[in-house]
Order: sequence, then structure tokens, then C-alpha cells
Amino acid sequence: MKKPALSIENLSIGLPQGADRDFAVENLSFAIEKGEILCVVGESGSGKSMTANALMGLLPPGVDVRGGKARFEGQDVLALPETDKQAMRGERIAMIFQEPMTALNPLMRIGDQIAEVFAAHNRLTTPERRNRALELIREVGLPDPEKIIRAYPFQLSGGQRQRAMIAMALALEPKLLIADEPTTALDVTTQAQILKLILNLREKHGMAVMFITHDFGVVAEIADQVIVMQEGKMVERGPAQQVLVTPEHPYTQRLLDAIPTGKLPQARPLGTVPALEIKSLRKTYRTGGGLFKPVREVHAIDNVSLSVARGEVLGLVGESGSGKSTLGRTAVRLVTPDSGQVLVGGVDIAALSEEELRKERHKVQMVFQDPYASLNPRQKIISAITGGPITRGVPRAKAEERARELLEVVGLGADAATRYPHEFSGGQRQRIGIARALAMDPELIVADEAVSALDVSIQAQVLDLLRDLRSRLDLSILFITHDLRVAAQLCDRIAVMQKGKLVEIGTVHEIFQSPKQAYTRQLLAAVPGADWQREEAATA
Amino acid sequence: MWKRFRSNIGAMVGVAILLAVILIAVCAPLIYPHGPWQMVQRPFLPPMSVDGLPLGTDTLGRNVAAQLAYGAQVSLLVGLVSTIVALLIGVPLGAVAGFYGNWVDEGAMRFTEFFQTIPNFALAIVLVAIFEPTLASITLAIAIVSWPPVARLVRAEVMSVRKREFVDAATLAGLSRPKILITQVLPNTVSPIIVMASLMVATAILLESSLSFLGLGDPNAMSWGYMIGAARTVIRTSWWLSFFPGIAIVLTVLALNLIGEGLNDALNPHLSRKGRA
Amino acid sequence: MSILTAILGRLAKAALTLLAIAVLNFFLLHAAPGDPAVVLAGEAGAADEQMIEQLRERFGLDQPFYVQLGKYVGGIVQLDLGYSFRQDAPVSQLILDRLPATLLLTLTAFGISLVCGIALGVASAARVGKASDSALTTLALLFYATPLYWLALMAVLVFSVWLGWLPGFGYETVGAGYTGITRALDILQHLILPALTLGLFFMAVYMRMTRASMLEVSQLDFVKTAKAKGLSGPAIRRRHILRNAILPVVTLAGLQAGQLVGGAVLTETVFAWPGIGRLMFESLAARDYNTILGVFLVSAAMVILFNIVTDIVYRIVDPRIGATA
Repeated sequence: MKKPALSIENLSIGLPQGADRDFAVENLSFAIEKGEILCVVGESGSGKSMTANALMGLLPPGVDVRGGKARFEGQDVLALPETDKQAMRGERIAMIFQEPMTALNPLMRIGDQIAEVFAAHNRLTTPERRNRALELIREVGLPDPEKIIRAYPFQLSGGQRQRAMIAMALALEPKLLIADEPTTALDVTTQAQILKLILNLREKHGMAVMFITHDFGVVAEIADQVIVMQEGKMVERGPAQQVLVTPEHPYTQRLLDAIPTGKLPQARPLGTVPALEIKSLRKTYRTGGGLFKPVREVHAIDNVSLSVARGEVLGLVGESGSGKSTLGRTAVRLVTPDSGQVLVGGVDIAALSEEELRKERHKVQMVFQDPYASLNPRQKIISAITGGPITRGVPRAKAEERARELLEVVGLGADAATRYPHEFSGGQRQRIGIARALAMDPELIVADEAVSALDVSIQAQVLDLLRDLRSRLDLSILFITHDLRVAAQLCDRIAVMQKGKLVEIGTVHEIFQSPKQAYTRQLLAAVPGADWQREEAATA
Repeated sequence: MWKRFRSNIGAMVGVAILLAVILIAVCAPLIYPHGPWQMVQRPFLPPMSVDGLPLGTDTLGRNVAAQLAYGAQVSLLVGLVSTIVALLIGVPLGAVAGFYGNWVDEGAMRFTEFFQTIPNFALAIVLVAIFEPTLASITLAIAIVSWPPVARLVRAEVMSVRKREFVDAATLAGLSRPKILITQVLPNTVSPIIVMASLMVATAILLESSLSFLGLGDPNAMSWGYMIGAARTVIRTSWWLSFFPGIAIVLTVLALNLIGEGLNDALNPHLSRKGRA
Repeated sequence: MSILTAILGRLAKAALTLLAIAVLNFFLLHAAPGDPAVVLAGEAGAADEQMIEQLRERFGLDQPFYVQLGKYVGGIVQLDLGYSFRQDAPVSQLILDRLPATLLLTLTAFGISLVCGIALGVASAARVGKASDSALTTLALLFYATPLYWLALMAVLVFSVWLGWLPGFGYETVGAGYTGITRALDILQHLILPALTLGLFFMAVYMRMTRASMLEVSQLDFVKTAKAKGLSGPAIRRRHILRNAILPVVTLAGLQAGQLVGGAVLTETVFAWPGIGRLMFESLAARDYNTILGVFLVSAAMVILFNIVTDIVYRIVDPRIGATA
């Protein structure tokens, strides 16, 4: 057996007093071979990031290693004095982070930030550092290295910034690369490219990679070995294939079950009466245009027409900047379009005056993305739900009775009514948001990334609820998401948007099995774990 | 929240000092029924030299301790009222600017910026000098120079709250714009306003004392700044005449600042944790 | 957008602001209780009927309101700030004579407070939670609560009256007839106490701001990136945290310029420093409104100029501004 690059024995990380549990990580042991990619999988709060931070010596204040060893190149890195840890960071263990938008110093040129790694470890002369920086920029596939080296982070896209981060991490040929959710904040196509880059670099440099993720799709793409963590404890460990196909621990099974897979649900017969009709909709945003600034135009919605039938769930899928959210906000008239019609039950709500609109508002309701921002922290749940009906003229007592009923319907229980939002978890808050939308008896519900901020298992529960409501209440839903797998679970049809244009629209089966447009195929191919799911679908 | 505030030693010291000052201000007419202007002894008596005059007498033989007690009334009154007036100007202006945006915002912010560019103490001097120094004109002048930061703070807070999704939800519920501003947005901006208000009272007390020091105090109201200003020319011989009122100002202002910081830590625990981490 | 067009834009805005202040001054003069002509003449001219008549004519006080406004503002545009009957000299001349002393005082105080404030703030943030940090923040809080003029008086008392180390009065030794270097040293000696007392308050402000900003920036993601690169603590503070943390302090320093000028009125009053602040104080007692408003306008102009300078500095430091993203 080969000697592992890193082996962790009985690692325990303590949390400060008053936290919801005593240990962030308890009694964790695992090893990574040279040249191997180990995925550490878990939901938020599982302790996976803390493990990485402990290895780097970057634990936040109040959190400390309480026990265990981490052998790396013959040393216990947890026991090293701070100066040795500092010398090790960046040189032998490197790390990249989740948020490429904030992980780079905004006031420093990319080239300088890369060259700084050499400076920190007293390597090379200044011109050599510049040359190496150029080589690295080229190696991570950034275009026009001479220009990038002089660029500031704000001039780069998210994917480009993540590449720059990887360039920094590779600078001194580390033996171990720790990647903490490096693709979570990126679009699927960018994510696919970054994953490929990491695989290639592993091939070329032979370094060990500890890859932290919450997404089993990503695991399927990249992992050799997998460990699954739950509340600070490791619950499963094994080769990627084994964990993915024959998970042993019930938690792993639950997580895998919760993942929207490529398995497509049975198609349902669709009605023909439209709940929402969008006709030739356009919305252009203009920025700048001061005395000295040039005007910049962004066509957020560019001549889009589509309809949602009564009782249908239409998925609206696209990457960031595709205009899907703007379209959703136009459908509820939070955004007023430049031209085109938004017909809800035959009324063009895009053309109504402010006053008329307030009377028609109840017809389309929205479930929002951020469970923490979508409820007023200073308002009790009952007022949040009854506010709309009471404004419409429903007597308070009746509105409150209905609110309690709806809280039961969404699975919270009527006693939730008198509490404040901070007493609820993210998933529970999304349920409240759904109840609030239902309270208005809308013709259509727009769900804008309504499950994106939730952990997979919670996501699955909310999706179950929506599916249940769909059949019980015959709801019409415009379901906006960046995640094709989620869309496949709930939707009857899917519309794909790119740069403000509607690329393709069709039933879930059409989109997944015989996509007509190149962009749709590209999106499908970029879905992490797409191959694995197809195999699974074939064997199932 | 209250628990966090109470566990803050600095803030509790601030509360204790402030309560003492308030007590002295309220009880001044009981302890010194003859008021601060009456001559009681020879002038220029040093502290502790005569029984019953622990802080000595001033240039006209008036009781310094009595003057301090009545001065507390003026300081607290002007500080509190001018802050309330400044809030009454700044909060609505900032709220409307931040909530409605566009040209409303543009106009309101140009107006605010104009007032913020003008050196505020110089403007206060000009206003009080032109409208004759009275408690009312002093209070109003201080309010006029203090509201711009309030408007900016409220505007920034309203703009950030306005972007949150519950505001969209209220719009979809059919609530009118003014109702959304008042019932949904403003309640979420209260904590930073409270913190700022407590610091503003402190600044207002400093401003009032500075104006009085320059001779722009209400001639009918005893104030700490006036005491220091009157004793300025005799500092070489009678240092205590300027020393004690100064200490009174420092303590009161310090107390308010400590309370403000305590409130900030208690109301914005996230930020304060950052501050201590 | 180039820096040049930005400066031009700022200058245009500054001119508008000054114009607005001129209009404000006009209304203030007319809002003062009593006959505007008498108000203009100040206490000195109150008795002289003939002069009042002259004034009435000169400012067109018998003409419609808008003509008066036009005349007044027009005069200010031509740098005519009116006449001080009390001092028997044009206000612009009075101010011009006193301006250098004020500039010397305020700029010195600003320099000291900014450099020391930032240095102490950085030091304090680096020792956060330790006794030295607590001592520094407590001291800053104390200075923050101390009235400027009182601190100045106490400084005179201790360093001038009791210890006799430094002069506590005036701009230079009157009648000594120093020239060249000796004169400069003499002025410097006189400058120390006023500049320090004026600077201490602002030092406290900048220190608190720098400390808070340093602590906030040190929580940001890119600092963790810098740590992960293997940079040492001091290198991270110097290269990454400080530059980002100082930007808000620059903005604040620009906004505080107005307070600095206001503080100068108090400091100059205590130290008999012959600047425009002292001029304002002297005019208060004489009810010389023309001079008071003149000083007010000039101090506003100083603040605006200062704001423009900080704006330019900000543009140079922050690459994100001015670039069309």
C-alpha cells in the first residue's frame, strides 16, 4: 500500500460555549493518497469546512483543535508552531475558497496577487515571479495573460477569478490542494469547466486534492474517494462508485435519495386554459448615462412569449444573467416591462395603473429565494400571512382562521402563527412563504429559486410539499431555477433562457431526451454527475 | 438584547453617570433654591475653602456648585430637544429619499449634501448670532446642523431593507407604498437610529457648550460652556472656575458615548462580535 | 471617466454650492431682526444716519427683493464680501490677512491627527482584546468626549502657566523682530499647543474609525486567502488589510473637514491665534454680520476644496472608481 499524502487520526474540533453543539468535528479519521481526489460531503453545519480550516491553521477565533493528529510529510501539522504552519501554507498545502467574488483583494492586480505567493516564501526574483505568474495564468486557461496580470479582480468574471485563485494555489506546486466548495457559487457551465481544470491539474502535478462539497453530482464528476459527514461525525467512507451506488449508512441513502436525479417523473396530462400568458415581452436595463458616462444596455428580456396552463408547472431554467428572474418579477409586476403583455386570467397586468394593479395583485403571488430575507423579522407569522387578505377586505377573523389552516397545509401546525420568523429554520420559512402566497388564492404562483438556498434534504422536503400542493390544489406554478435536476422533479414543461432570449421550450421529456438547441445540450452536459445519473437511469 | 446591554460594563458606567447628572439637574431647584445667579460669598473662593461651597465661587461670588447643577438642566434639555428635532427632519427625509429613489432621492440628497458641506459649527454660530441667542434658537441651530447624518443613515438603511424580499411580498399583498414604508421598512431601521440618536445627544451637548463658550449662550440660562467662557480670562489665577464645568461636560458626553456604544453592541450583535474578534 | 473630467464636474458642483451659500447668506442677513441696513452696518455704524442711507443705496435696499439678491450675490461672485464698518476695512481683505494663520493651524492639526490617528488605530487593531488596545480605545473615547476649547484651556494652564514650557498665546513673539529661521522656529513654538489640542479630537475620531475599519476588513474573505498563501501577519496587515481599511477613513476625513474649521474657531479663540476663526469670534461681540458671514463663506469654500482633494485621493487609491465596469 502507498504511503498516504495526508492522514488524519481522531481529529476533534471544539466549538465555543453557547454553540448548538460542543464539537464541530468529532473523532474524524481518514487518509488521502498522493494524486487522489477525496470528496468530503455534507450539508451545512456538518463540519466539513472546519476540518479544512483546521488543517490550514485558519480556524476562526473560539474554535480550536481539541485532539487528534494530521500527519503530512512526516509531521503533525496540527501541532506545528505558528511560524511553521505559515511556511507550510501556500507552499505545501494550498487552499481555494467558495466565493471567488470576495476571495481576491479588490485593490491589488491579479499578477501581484499571484507573485505574492512567491514573495511570501522568498522564492525567485521579481522578474522571475512575473514570468511564473504569466505561466500560471496560461496554465489555468485564462485568456490574454498579459492583460490579466494587470487586471483588478472587479474586471474578471466569477469563473475567471476562481481560475486566478487556482493559479495562486498552484504557484509553489503544493502536495495537497484543499478546495472548499470551489464551484458552488458558479454557473453550471463554468462549474463544469473548473471541475475539468482541477482534474487536469491533478493529472499533471500529481497532487492530492481534498474537495469539499455538498453536491453528490460534483462528487460523481470528480471523486476517487468519498467521506460523508453529518453533524461533525463521519458516517460513511469508501471509493466514489461504492458510496454513490451502494450507500450503506441511512444518512447517505437519504442524501442520495434527496438528490433530484435524472429519473424523469411520469408526464401528466395538461390542461389548455392558460393561467399566465406572456406575449412579446421586452425589458431593457440602462445603466450609466450620466454627463460623462456612456450608456450601457442590457436586454434582460428580449421578445419572450410563453404560457403556463392552469394546473401546470412550467420550469424556467437559465444561468445567472439569463433574465429568468426578471421574467418572474415581470410576471408579478414587481418589474414593469418596456413592451409586451402579461395576461393573468385574461387581464394584462403589465398595463394596469398603480391603483388598479393593487386590486389585481392577489392573482399572482411569489415564493422568494432567500428564506431569511423574505419574512419581516419584526412581524409575527400570522400578520405576514393575513396582511394581503385583510388589505383585500377579508374580515380579520376569517383571514386568521384561513392562515392557521394554511399553516397546517404546509406542514407547520397552526401554533406557528403567533411566533416570529427567527424561531424557524430555513426550510420552515420557505413553507411559511408558500402559505403566504396561497392565502391570496392566486391564479399563479411564481417560485423564484425557492429551494436553491436550502440543503438537499430540506430541498427535497419542500419539493415534496410543492408536488403535493400541485395535485391537491391544482396549482399553476412558474418555477424559476438554475438547476435542471430540480426542474425535472417538479415541472411538466421546461423553458430554457439565455441572455434574455427564450432558447427552447418543451416537455421535460423533450428537453432531457431530445433537446433541439445546442445551448440546452450544453446545459445538460454541464450538470454535474450527468453521466453517473444516466448510467443509474439505465440500470434502474 | 437587554441582557447583552446590561453585561456591558462601559454602558452600565455610562448609565450610572447619566442618571446622576439627570438627578442633579432635576434636584437643582431643591438643593439651590436661590438659583445659579445669586451672589453668596466673596468672589474667587477656591474649592473647599469655605463650608457649604465645595467648588468655591466665581468672579462675581456666585456658587460654582449651584451653577453646575443648573447647567446640567440646560445641557440635557438642549441635547435632548435638538436631537429630537434633528430626527424629525432627518428620518422622514432620509426615509422618503431611500424608499422612493429616483428624482426624489436625487433632490433630497443634494439638499442633504449641501448642508453637510457647510461647516456645521460655523453655521450654528451664524444662525445663533443672527437670530439672537435664546434656548430656542440654540436648540434649533444645533438641530439644523445635526440632521444630515441622520438623513444619510436612514436613507442607507431604508435602501438596504427595501431590497429585501419581504418588501416585495408586501407589495404583492397589495399594500400601498406609504404603508409599506411605515409598517414594513421603517421598523427595521430603528436600532441604528437609536444608536445614532444617543451619540447625537452627546454631540449636541458639546455644540451647545461650545456656543455658550463663545458668548452665544442664552443670557438667562446658566450653562457649562458659559461658565468656562466667563472664566477663560482668569485661568491663571482661578483655574477651578474652568476646570469643574469642563469635567462635568466630559463626564456627561462620555456617559452618552458609552451608552451609545453599548446600545450598538447590543442591537447589532453581529457587528460588535466582529469588533471584538 | 478620466480624473480630469471628474475634477471638472466636482468644481462645477462646488461653484454651485458656494453660490447657494451666498444666497443663504443674503437671506440670513434679511432674517436678522431689525433694519437690514442697520444690520449691515453692525454696531459701529448704528448711530450714523448718513452712512445708513449710503448703505441703503449701495445695496439697493429700497429696490425689489430680487434686485437686492442679485446685487449681493453678484458682489460675492466678484469676491466682494462687503465692508466691515467695525474694522473699517473690506471683509475680503480682513479674511485674506488672517487666512494663512488658519491654514497653517488646520493643516498641521489635520496632518498630525490623520497620521497619528491611523497609526494608533492600526496598532490598536493589531492588539485587539489586549490591555494596550483597551487603554488606547479608552483614551480615544475620552478625547472624543472632551470639549476642544476646554482641552485648549487646560493645555495653556499646564504647559504654559504652570510648567512654562510653551507659549500659550498668539502667533509669534510680539516685538521680538525675529526673521528667517528664528521666526519660523518661534511660530512653530507657538503652533505646537493649538495644533495639538485641535488635532487630538480628530486623532481620536480617525483612530476609532481606522481600528473599526481594520477589524472589519480583517474578517473579509481575501484576508483568509492571504493567510492561505502563507503570508505573515504583519505582511497581511500591511499589504491587504491596511489599504482596504483606509479608504473609508479617507472619506470620513473629507467629511470631517468642516468640523476641523469649526474647531479652529474655538482653538483660535483660546490661543488668540490670528486666524479667521478668531476674526469670527471678535466679530460676534461686535455684531459685525458682514464679517461673520464672510468667514462663514470662506470656511465653506475651504471645506469644499478639501473635499475635492480627498475625492481625487480616493480615485487614485481605488481602481474600481472611474473604471467603466
